[in-house]
Amino acid sequence: MANNNDTSSFRHLCQGLVSRVLKGKGYSSQTDRQAAFNNAGLAEPLKTLIDKTANQAYKVSDGDIDAVLQSGLSEDQIFELVVCAAVGQSSRQYMNALSALDEVAKENKGGGHAS
Amino acid sequence: MRLNILNHGYNAGTKILFAIIKAVSRYPLPDAAKIIFYRPDFYGRPAKKFTQRAMRGPSAWSVGDRELMAAYVSNLNQCSFCIKAHSAVAAQAYNDRAKVDKALADLNTGNIGEPLRATLSLLGKLTRANSIDANDIRTVMAAGASQQQIEDALAVCFAFNVTNRLADALGFFVPGPDAFDAGAKYLLKRGYQ
Repeated sequence: MANNNDTSSFRHLCQGLVSRVLKGKGYSSQTDRQAAFNNAGLAEPLKTLIDKTANQAYKVSDGDIDAVLQSGLSEDQIFELVVCAAVGQSSRQYMNALSALDEVAKENKGGGHAS
Repeated sequence: MRLNILNHGYNAGTKILFAIIKAVSRYPLPDAAKIIFYRPDFYGRPAKKFTQRAMRGPSAWSVGDRELMAAYVSNLNQCSFCIKAHSAVAAQAYNDRAKVDKALADLNTGNIGEPLRATLSLLGKLTRANSIDANDIRTVMAAGASQQQIEDALAVCFAFNVTNRLADALGFFVPGPDAFDAGAKYLLKRGYQ
């Protein structure tokens, strides 16, 4: 399986993206970014926007964004929190799938190959 | 896009670049590319690295196969922009539009090999249900895909589950087919970097 020390490996690149959006410099707090990433612990109207982004993004409407703007968040904060929600839900799927792949790779050790 | 900063919040150098691209290609830069330039240190740069590696890095999957995976995941997420964008790239890469359309319409009757069919099915389950298990992996391996091919496909799936969500939440403009064909030519020639 992939070597996490390989800076070109998918896992390393994914970790870099996750780490940047959660812990890097931004207009929103790290606490809010983590909450958007987890899709948990948010108050309305942000809760609706983040939950739709994570689970049914095609249902996000102009009104969902307007409601969050009206609540006092800036456009840069909304951008960051939507990115965190998208990366959070997608990375949970991805890590789940990689765990299943690792389980099979362990069984096949010596037979299969995956970098 | 729904946030004005994503339509207008770029520095002068980036705005000039956008104007040059429009003049050369005859089409404005698609919103999917635009957001990569918005505060690139926050999202664009690390996302671009991952996507380029997944879509154009070394893999036993062809570029057409990976673009079909992107279109397939986008189809399940009902992301209009990404379905059109990546089915156009896959069609050009395969030089076979019907193959792409048939695969997206019905995986079981589409003209694709078993390893790819089983892999697309796996990506579909992951995208719909948010999880898969070891038995799902074993099924795809029994169909002929290697562990490495599965890992490569999961990376495509991750990249487009992120992009689909951003496209729909932020409201990417969906242009006409000519613009997507022009964008597909660019993505085949230059990739995602």
